Amino acid sequence: MATKEAQQELIARLQGAFGDRIAEVDLEVLDPFIRVAPDDWPEVARYLKDDCGLNYLACLTAIDRGKDEGFEAVYNIERMDAERLQLTVRIAVTRDEPNIPSVEKVWGTADWHEREAWDLMGIVFTGHHNLVRILCAEDWEGHPLRKDYKSPDYYHGIRNNVV
Amino acid sequence: MSSELTSSAPPSPVSAGDLRTEEMLLNMGPQHPATHGVLRVMVRSDGEMVIDCESHVGYLHRCFEKHCESVSWLQSVLYTDRLDYLTAMGNNWGYCMAVEKLFGDELEIPERAEYIRVICQELNRIASHLLAIGTYGMDVGAITPFLYCFREREKLLYIFETISGQRLNYNYIRPGGVAYDFTDEICKMIRDFCEYFRPKVTEYNDLLSANQIFKGRTANVGVLPLETAIDFGCTGPVIRGSGAPRDLRKDQPYGIYDRFEFDVITGSGEAGTLGDCYDRYICRVREMEESIRIVEQAVKDLPGGEFRSPKIKQKIRPPKAEAYTRIENSRGEVGFYVVSDGKDISYRTKCRAPSFHNIHVLPEISRGHMVADLIAIIGSMDIVLGEVDR
Repeated sequence: MATKEAQQELIARLQGAFGDRIAEVDLEVLDPFIRVAPDDWPEVARYLKDDCGLNYLACLTAIDRGKDEGFEAVYNIERMDAERLQLTVRIAVTRDEPNIPSVEKVWGTADWHEREAWDLMGIVFTGHHNLVRILCAEDWEGHPLRKDYKSPDYYHGIRNNVV
Repeated sequence: MSSELTSSAPPSPVSAGDLRTEEMLLNMGPQHPATHGVLRVMVRSDGEMVIDCESHVGYLHRCFEKHCESVSWLQSVLYTDRLDYLTAMGNNWGYCMAVEKLFGDELEIPERAEYIRVICQELNRIASHLLAIGTYGMDVGAITPFLYCFREREKLLYIFETISGQRLNYNYIRPGGVAYDFTDEICKMIRDFCEYFRPKVTEYNDLLSANQIFKGRTANVGVLPLETAIDFGCTGPVIRGSGAPRDLRKDQPYGIYDRFEFDVITGSGEAGTLGDCYDRYICRVREMEESIRIVEQAVKDLPGGEFRSPKIKQKIRPPKAEAYTRIENSRGEVGFYVVSDGKDISYRTKCRAPSFHNIHVLPEISRGHMVADLIAIIGSMDIVLGEVDR
């Protein structure tokens, strides 16, 4: 079981390698996280996978932080060994330009994770080879998990009964 | 004379030259009995050979995450049942653990509840693996093991019905504990089941594991190398079949799993290659024995006391925080990312489902196999579309 110290060591190592580009570090919350800018993400991701051995992208959560805050993508990354060293990376984007570089080349599992985040939250993962809807129907309009989402009244002539 | 005859004969309507031999696109599913639900696989085939394939999911999408934003924390537990409907206990527990993590040290889970959770989860794992093994046998042509597996599964479902009132969607593990207490009668039923079940595993091994035809269909088929498995986020029996002993119950013991003795089962390529369908299958069979070991220990040590925390009322308001937790479910790691803004409804709930990633890797391991082997590979992944599509 990975200790808190191992996690802090990893974060310190990242700060050593990237300096100010690790925009924010919060060790006080339940799951300590680092924040990086979207543009820095591919390089940090590569470093995490190749140099730090965090080879398993467990979860990608897209969160709508509200009208003024924009969206956030939360990556839960792990090292797949007995120790299970974990790291949470948060990337914030604006509502108008919700673009985050894709990391499907780094972790294969990011492919479907990113498609899901695009489908339900509308975050655009630039460079993704096939960014199409995965859970909703291909002709579905809007991104349902956005807080300002309005469900359609009709879909292919079927009335929406949800009040 | 003879040359005149041949030249005047009409050309054959079925000469080999007219045969089209190009690749074919084959649509398998979503309504196909061997896809274990509504999975659709587009297969590019050359005759009987799979050149490439792509899985399309989403036919069972029910907006689980959106629903969680409109019902209370406790009501959401009900929806988690419907994710992986064959191991609802694991989903309940995974979600509850995330909610409990939000409370931090404020909330203490009674000892008795922790034991009950372990017992339920492990019994549910057996029930789920029984179905996986039974239907897998049927996928590759063996009907009998299915009937044997369902005979035992029925007993388990009856136990679950006695415990929670439900056979599949239990809604039993709730934040802060469990819904109802165990009676002495239930403990006796479970002890009796453990005794009854142990020799049955030998039956499955005789019927299926040692069956030459079954081995022929599954050995060396769908070989999943460990690096690919990790890269595609495969967990549970799928990664253990590839030889890595990755089990959260051992790696990061949640609940009280550190108190029990059990082994993590891994594949060894005993029938063919490491990481083939047979390895994934045999992991499940042996894991059932380990689960029985855990249940026996837990029932023996079951302490008295409260079965749920008195702190949890009908309405709960976790403090403003975010938490990610995951547990080892029958199919792999099920994770929940929950965001609370201090209200009685969650701000965001995300479910990381193991089957979603286990099926993602399908094209990587089915290229170059026969179309019939594709069925064997899908079956060995043991997916539940309820949690793939959420």
